[in-house]
Amino acid sequence: MKAASFDYVRAESKREVLQLLHEHGEDARVLAGGQSLMATLNMRLTQPKVVIDINRVEELNRIRNDSGHLAVGAAVRQVQLTDRAELIREVPLLAKALPWIGHFQTRNRGTVCGSVAHADPSAEIPLCLVTLGGSVVLESLKGKRREVPAADFFQGLLTTDRQPKELISEVRFPLAEDGTDYHFQEIAMRHGDFALVALALCLRADGAHLGVGGVADRPVARTLPLGDELPDALNTLAWSLGAQDDVHASAAYRRQLVRELGQRLIEEPSHARTR
Amino acid sequence: MNHPASEGPAGAGPLGRSLTRVEDAALLRGLGRYADDLATPPGTLHAAVVRSPHAHARVLSVDASEALAMKGVRAVLTGEDVKRWANPFPVGVRGAPMEHWCMAVDKVRYVGEPVCVVIAEDRYRAEDALDAVRVEYEPLKPVIDPEKAAAEDAPVLHESVGANVVNERHFHYGEPDKAFEEADHRVSIKVRFPRNSCTPIECYVVLGQYHAATGGYDILSNFQGPYALHSVMARALNVTGSRLRLRTPPDSGGSFGIKQGVLTYVVLMGLAARKAGAPVKWVEDRLEHLQASSSATNRVADMEAAVTADGRVTALRYDQIDDCGGYLRAPEPATFYRMHGNLTGAYGIRNLKVRNRVVLTNKMPSGLNRGFGGGQMYFALERLMHQVARQLNLDPLEVMRRNLVPADAFPYRTASGALLDSGKYADTVDLALRDGGYDELIQRRDRARAEGKLYGVGLCAVVEPSISNMGYITTALTPEQRAKAGPKNGAVSTATIGIDPLGGITVHVSSTPQGQGHQTVAAQVVAEVLGVDPANILVNVELDTGKDAWSIASGNYSSRFAGAVAGAVHKAALKVRERLANIAATLWEADAGQVRFADGKVFIEDGPSLGFHRVAGTAHWSPALLPDGEAGGLRETAFWTPPQLEAPDDDDHINSSLCHGFIFDYCGVEIDRITGEIHIDRYVTCHDAGRLLNPMLVDGQIRGGFTQALGVALMEEFAYGDDGSFLSGTLADYLLPTAPEAVEPLILHTETPSPFTPLGAKGVGEGNNMSTPVCIANAVADALGRDDIQLPLTPSRVRGLIGIDEPQAPEGLEPLAAPKPGGPALQARDSVEVPASPQTVYDTVLDPETLRAIIPGCHALELEGDNQYRADVTVGVGMIKARFAARVQLSDLDPPHSLRLSGSGDSAMGSASGSAHVTLVELDNGHTRLDYVYEVDVGGKIAAVGGRMLQSASKIIIGQVFNRLAQRLTGKPAGGLWQRLRALLARLFGKGGAS
Repeated sequence: MKAASFDYVRAESKREVLQLLHEHGEDARVLAGGQSLMATLNMRLTQPKVVIDINRVEELNRIRNDSGHLAVGAAVRQVQLTDRAELIREVPLLAKALPWIGHFQTRNRGTVCGSVAHADPSAEIPLCLVTLGGSVVLESLKGKRREVPAADFFQGLLTTDRQPKELISEVRFPLAEDGTDYHFQEIAMRHGDFALVALALCLRADGAHLGVGGVADRPVARTLPLGDELPDALNTLAWSLGAQDDVHASAAYRRQLVRELGQRLIEEPSHARTR
Repeated sequence: MNHPASEGPAGAGPLGRSLTRVEDAALLRGLGRYADDLATPPGTLHAAVVRSPHAHARVLSVDASEALAMKGVRAVLTGEDVKRWANPFPVGVRGAPMEHWCMAVDKVRYVGEPVCVVIAEDRYRAEDALDAVRVEYEPLKPVIDPEKAAAEDAPVLHESVGANVVNERHFHYGEPDKAFEEADHRVSIKVRFPRNSCTPIECYVVLGQYHAATGGYDILSNFQGPYALHSVMARALNVTGSRLRLRTPPDSGGSFGIKQGVLTYVVLMGLAARKAGAPVKWVEDRLEHLQASSSATNRVADMEAAVTADGRVTALRYDQIDDCGGYLRAPEPATFYRMHGNLTGAYGIRNLKVRNRVVLTNKMPSGLNRGFGGGQMYFALERLMHQVARQLNLDPLEVMRRNLVPADAFPYRTASGALLDSGKYADTVDLALRDGGYDELIQRRDRARAEGKLYGVGLCAVVEPSISNMGYITTALTPEQRAKAGPKNGAVSTATIGIDPLGGITVHVSSTPQGQGHQTVAAQVVAEVLGVDPANILVNVELDTGKDAWSIASGNYSSRFAGAVAGAVHKAALKVRERLANIAATLWEADAGQVRFADGKVFIEDGPSLGFHRVAGTAHWSPALLPDGEAGGLRETAFWTPPQLEAPDDDDHINSSLCHGFIFDYCGVEIDRITGEIHIDRYVTCHDAGRLLNPMLVDGQIRGGFTQALGVALMEEFAYGDDGSFLSGTLADYLLPTAPEAVEPLILHTETPSPFTPLGAKGVGEGNNMSTPVCIANAVADALGRDDIQLPLTPSRVRGLIGIDEPQAPEGLEPLAAPKPGGPALQARDSVEVPASPQTVYDTVLDPETLRAIIPGCHALELEGDNQYRADVTVGVGMIKARFAARVQLSDLDPPHSLRLSGSGDSAMGSASGSAHVTLVELDNGHTRLDYVYEVDVGGKIAAVGGRMLQSASKIIIGQVFNRLAQRLTGKPAGGLWQRLRALLARLFGKGGAS
């Protein structure tokens, strides 16, 4: 379990990162927190020629509250958000989801944008981003700066709209809206494990916007009616996700949790477990 | 909150007290000296192992030439070398000419089996070269399920044996048939116990050296024993015992039995060093460990009890299949026979009928594991006892009580021959019920149920064997075979105490501890006898077979330390004390019987007194002052073996272990109706392990074993696909309990000393690995009112037991039929629509240029035959990619209606094969819909570490092929299933709903 050889470059500026990505494209990987990359490197599941370390790039290590969004830069660690006292007012869904991500040790290293870039279908941050209708900002040396809606950015298992020469420079979470309550709930085999089912909920008087992680090959969010129509809508949502059996849980179990936990979360959100 | 353990004999020395571990100061400060920390000789090379991605395959050829040409690569050890220099390991059963070499020589029989060893200047270069070794396999049909493996028509792993059942024995004790005939009730149960292991933090480490001058091997490894296996390794290396010098490091990162499996790598790295002409070091990584080290057996047990109307069990019938994996590796089939004497558990059942079948399947070989054989056996027995109560409508506690061995019957000879040394089972049960709050727990259950909750209480009683009889394994042989082989029995333990000229005390034990605290307890024992401060005693636990006292029973297993090894330490200390007393008595012209040892002094009550070091120093500095017959110097070795451990008799009675502790556990669990998660509300575990030498260490053992057992009960399983692929290659898929999952049990003790061990102590390290899985299973059975409880009790499985009553899928969202069992791992279907006629599409597909364009990551495509190609492709998802040497084929051609597109290949990440049957449907608008049904099989590393993602990954990769085809025909991407789904959902949820 030793990585194949690669060149390591510690970038000093965003421009240098973009320059390197321009030069190496597909052969380069960006190293931020390394929580997925280091393991895959050591298992030789990925063998890039160049690893671009962005940890020292100050301009990527910024959190900004601007024009209705919380913008989180590429080098910002998850712990920087958990330490942000105002997060519970700014993006309450994210504040509630963050403690479910791995363990505090992994959150000390892991980055917000790294989780988005990796696009694990069970990951909490992509789920929040999709549920809230957030976006991903992509930059490249020669191309135009693109802001892609999260729902279009995630295209399947570990697959995103990012092009080889692009850097995810920041992700943008919409700020909390008045009259909306935000809840997060997750079932995993153990504390900090990949979610068997994760639910992110924006609850308004007239409807529920429910995001589901860990079931489809990407996070999926739907607006659901409240009241008598809810069970049918949840059933349709559950079946639409293409749930699959794996060594930890059956597809039927995952669908059932979407239906039953989804209904409980929407109708009795105070029962949601917190972490 | 724990019940305080006994503080030992009142007024005595350090023995029986909760002394702080002497090991910890170094370990907690990072000063431990583990195998990987030790300095290596100059010129040491590093090994990496080429492993089979197939569960069952013939090895057709191994070509290492490209690897050997790489920078830094010094040698490659192949099966040919192994055949030239080594022997197969001796096998523990007769009449089965099975060849188990340290590496595959003709066939591979499990995923991860070593196929050759690359030896290079560092591990990085060695791993680089792994990819360059070309191994050609002919895949064979694997067999994973033990019952299927035992069937007549199963694929056979070892052709020379001719069947997968490599050992079958039938036993009758008492009159079981008569008892079943006369029984008021017959209660039966069939259970399956999963594969798992107690996973150490530190993996295997071996440093091999070969001395050409002597033809001997000198090997340092974290092997843990039993040292009976030293003979097995020496015979495999084709040398005399003295030419295999086996050494162990000072510290261990855990073993729990699993490091017994280092034995194959001791041989392999010895040969690697010989091949390279230099020392070779190998450090196993986690993926290697999880797929190819060692594990407990999985077992299928069919059990029946003959029961009287009032719940007395008069006979038991066991029909068991133990799955030992690809090879019967020594000391298997010991998993069965370690428990043979105590098959009746804590109960006085006189009639017993047993059928034991040992079966081989395409899994990693099994071996020692904490609780060895007990988890499997007690899961069957105690589920059955629970079932007896359920079927007779009795209280499970009452059924257990009516059958316990009575206190006045000890020492009690069981039906199958164990001599239960001591115990007060009924009293221990009463103590546990009283001090653990059983009545209150039952009230709690009733209250929870009244509130509509799923709550259950489970109980179990276990006899915990310790100090294995080295002859028990021969119970696998018939009496005639045993007579021919010569009797095997006993269990020799050794200890040496040396006192240096300054009075410093060094103790050596050959117990190769793996973290239990042997140094602490050995120091306590010696301090107790010699009246010195335990802090002044140094205990050396490194074992060097070239220098130290050892025997076949040496090592760390069967919970033998407290009963046997500490006993030998005590005997050695008494020998030293006797000599010192004689020396002091001579100096003082007194009677040796009057000499006392306390507080670092040697003295006579109200008489002369000297510092301990002065008296001891006399043996070195002033031999002239020594009494007659005292030769000077001061070093004593004691050997101890218990006479009760006799060889099996002609009727197959076997006293399989010297000591038998007693455990009574109960617990309350609450189950979430929706998620199926189990919350352990309370767990009480009460132990009688004889005399406790250090109660704090005992409780540590109980907590550790208990936590591992929680893993067995709730989450741990080595998962294999029907195709033999190994699916638990990382600690994200093989799930161990972590701190947040740990539960603090209430630990209770009672002490009934063993009459058979020098200090009255029994083993205690493994009991909860035997009791806890079944105790939790019984509680879940009670909560759900279900009989078919299978481990691990994952939330998904438990929810399945509660029942999932699924509403129908809306039209258009019906799932595909589930894959057929035994078929390919993944099956699915999808479709794309392209704006061209079927004939155009068909012609395009058959054009080789098209194939080159639509196969993702295709670097080269060469025609090999009719519609057959050789391709060099890089495929993957996201950043995870692998380069495959592949064969691609178009077949079943029925133009322009259907065809089959298939491919298979090997890469450094494993093997993959896939096949898609494509149907072309002409649509009303003249377009064509390509419906494709595909199946995918993957093996090796990809399957082991990526199980969670395989289905989605296959979908993406296969989807890429057809989307690229559509793109080629139209110049733009096609709408796939996902796009259609979104459109459908937009309709179902309203336009704004889909996001």
